[in-house]
Amino acid sequence: MTEQAGPTPAQDAARAALLLAVDPTGLGGAVLRAAPGPVRDAWLALLRNALPPHLPWRRLPLGVPDSRLLGGLDLAATLAAGRPVAERGVLAEADGGVVIAAMAERIESATAARIAAVMDTGAVAVQRDGLSARLPARFGLVALDEGLAPEEEAPAALRARLAFHLDLTAIEPTASAAVQDARALLPAVATDDALAEAVCATAAAFGIEDLRAPLFALRAARAAAALAGRTQVTKEDAGLAARLVLAPRATTAPMDHQPEQPPEPPPPEEQQNSKDQPDRGPDSKELQEMLVAATQAALPAGLLEALQLREAARKRNGAEGKAGARRDAAQRGRPIGTRPGALRDGARLALVETLRNAAPWQALRRRERPRGPPIQVRREDIRLRRFRHKAGTTAIFVVDASGSAALHRLAEAKGAVEMLLADCYVRRDQVAVVAFRGKGAEVLLPPTPSLVRAKRSLAGLPGGGPTPLAAGLDAAAALVAETARRGRTPLLVLLTDGRANISRDGTAGRPQAEADALAAATRIRASGVPALLLDTAPRPHAYAKQLAAAMGARYLALPAADAARLSGAVAAARSTGLAAPPRVA
Amino acid sequence: MDEGGEVVAAGGTKRGKPPVVPVRLVFPFSAIVGQDEMKLALLIAAVDPAIGGVLVFGDRGTGKSTTVRALAALLPPMRAVAGCAFACDPGKPAALCEACRAAARRVALSVPVPVVDLPLGATEDRVTGALDIERALADGVKAFEPGLLARAHRGFLYIDEVNLLEDHLVDLLLDVAASGENVVEREGISVRHPARFVLIGSGNPEEGELRPQLTDRFGLAVEVRTPKDLPTRIEVVKRRDAFERDPRRFVAAWAKEEAATRRRILAARRLLPRVEVPEAALEASAKLCLALGTDGLRGELTLMRTARALAALEGDRVVTLAHLRRIAAPALRHRLRRDPLDEAVAGTRVERALAEVLPA
Repeated sequence: MTEQAGPTPAQDAARAALLLAVDPTGLGGAVLRAAPGPVRDAWLALLRNALPPHLPWRRLPLGVPDSRLLGGLDLAATLAAGRPVAERGVLAEADGGVVIAAMAERIESATAARIAAVMDTGAVAVQRDGLSARLPARFGLVALDEGLAPEEEAPAALRARLAFHLDLTAIEPTASAAVQDARALLPAVATDDALAEAVCATAAAFGIEDLRAPLFALRAARAAAALAGRTQVTKEDAGLAARLVLAPRATTAPMDHQPEQPPEPPPPEEQQNSKDQPDRGPDSKELQEMLVAATQAALPAGLLEALQLREAARKRNGAEGKAGARRDAAQRGRPIGTRPGALRDGARLALVETLRNAAPWQALRRRERPRGPPIQVRREDIRLRRFRHKAGTTAIFVVDASGSAALHRLAEAKGAVEMLLADCYVRRDQVAVVAFRGKGAEVLLPPTPSLVRAKRSLAGLPGGGPTPLAAGLDAAAALVAETARRGRTPLLVLLTDGRANISRDGTAGRPQAEADALAAATRIRASGVPALLLDTAPRPHAYAKQLAAAMGARYLALPAADAARLSGAVAAARSTGLAAPPRVA
Repeated sequence: MDEGGEVVAAGGTKRGKPPVVPVRLVFPFSAIVGQDEMKLALLIAAVDPAIGGVLVFGDRGTGKSTTVRALAALLPPMRAVAGCAFACDPGKPAALCEACRAAARRVALSVPVPVVDLPLGATEDRVTGALDIERALADGVKAFEPGLLARAHRGFLYIDEVNLLEDHLVDLLLDVAASGENVVEREGISVRHPARFVLIGSGNPEEGELRPQLTDRFGLAVEVRTPKDLPTRIEVVKRRDAFERDPRRFVAAWAKEEAATRRRILAARRLLPRVEVPEAALEASAKLCLALGTDGLRGELTLMRTARALAALEGDRVVTLAHLRRIAAPALRHRLRRDPLDEAVAGTRVERALAEVLPA
């Protein structure tokens, strides 16, 4: 059923670049997950050379300000000309062409949402600096994703709008194609209902919820047909579309994925041409089987096992499955920027922005106050800096789920945890959950603003087994570093009884395990993260206090952890931050 | 789902004539498959703007913004004073802006109801309005340039990804929405003008939660989910694809349904003042709000208003318990006392209370 001598991923990646050159706007673009290097450069060069040369090709740097992204007032030109001169942003400049977004895994949600809105409407709605305009901006976006860890990926809002998700390891250019002709041919390429149905059914079989996916697959199939100089979509076109669009979005394996034995010998080309069948006839069924097989074949090795694991985790969390839903959510507003406001309470003046705001009005003001200072700045010009670190805290719960910590103790800790979560809710913190037991630690819940999910993941925590405390602390330290890198302030809450008995290398034995945990704790202290250790042991132990001291954490024994003390301890941990003196209660 | 609408050059042809004014064809409201709660909430807001806006939260790719933008094309036109920057209603002399009040005579025009997009990244001066920078530079004249709030007056203000809107803009919106008036002070001039609009917000809860104060501003809150059953999904994809392939033809094919929906809104608006709310319905809504512990009286008021608008849409003269049941979830789900740790989705809590208080 599947293509004999099927195309390799390297060939498919090259085809994706060509398809994108044929229909950049319709396909939205591609996520290019690859380390910077010759392979990625080769892919980009292939796309660039395939695009008609007059089309724009723009780079979007990380942390691009709104004035560059969306456009605004070109102050220098405005003052020189004596009339407002608009500066077009990168997105409007790229109309018709391609935008390359660097370090896409680190794009802020707020920026992603702006780009997404432009992609959805095909235009930039500029409502900035006294300008009101609607500029066409239809482009394909290539998100260069250099993430290493699985949870480091381009924002979900962008991923959903880009047809291709390529995990690029190699590229093997296919025969050069007539992209220019294909672009002209594209509007004439037709697809029938059978294909639409087959694509939808295939997407459903692989647990792909977002309805953009089948639409992208249809467009990709049409672009493939146009590239081959045809106005009819063939099975090969559809298969390529399924491999490129559907396979990377799969969240589950199809229930029945054994289409190797079709009931009848498949009549190959006739069925394609009998395209006027009104409903899901055998044509659609057969197509669907073919697409499922193609998608299946394109799933990277090991993905299904990973999917099964993910599925298990999802069941445990009781959450509805959503691919790519683990994205770090927004802090409100952009991390860097300015806002209008009064200069008080230690607010810091954004001098350039303020002068920028004052500039256009100077002529007017001089006329009113000819004897005033040479530059007249008024209250309404004042712009203040906004700070990244005020944006938000991510509370990382590190939970000892071992046998010694015992689930019933955890259940008692639940009250404390709920208190903490409620506190996080009030402060609009994000929460993350790391659990450790048996041989290692696992991030049960990457940072999320959803406290319901946090509670679920804590409630559904599997328990039992020995205590790999060091591994838990190492995982926490990694998450702390990642959180800090994303511009949020981490806060560590460790719930354990301190009975470490698995050392870093996975061997049993208390002395080594305790020494390893202390070493891990020292590293956490070095990172300066405010921390709280909640001792869940029935009879608190000296070692837990020692651990807290090594981490620079506040220590609170659970029996003593009534609401007020807990809240006080968290507040104290928050406020100390970097300069936290090691304190043992 | 993406908005994707083709940009069609009105009057221009493919053969190189420069495009004149691009007219964007939007996906017709009536052609949206499923998503009944969202569509109903928007229609209700169109019938009775006083209900106070609609918040649409849900999965990616469910057509949230498509549906809101589709509403714009559907709304029946309104009467406005010709040349007025705030589209004053000639039928309401009390609510006229200063310029209209001062004018010797006013000419009334039929204009489309504004549906104004407030894009993320908008600056405050464009939202509230500011001095016209061009006239200040060129002529040294202070002239007020109305902003988005002025444009949205008597219409709809739409914020996609409302949970990502910057805090100072949210504050500003809350202020204006509460007072119904926008005040701008700049360069020594002071302008105030009416700004009453229906606020429509949409977003994905995974991107972050909305400030409770803002949530509370919305009359109705709907949750949208991706359809799960295959035939519906296929229909969504087919229609979307057909629209993208040939938007003109698709829009023409749905013109009749659109006209019917428009007539339904108009009929409901006419009927609305005459819809009665019997004692039993009032009592039931009070009980429901009590059972859910909604804060304040807003819940009850919204519930009653929404039920009336629904009855009007259905052509009924009396609000029944069936109407209440249908709109209880969107009217109340965002007003439940926040318990961040309750596992149940707010909608489920409303359903539970409904089953208790108003057994079918």
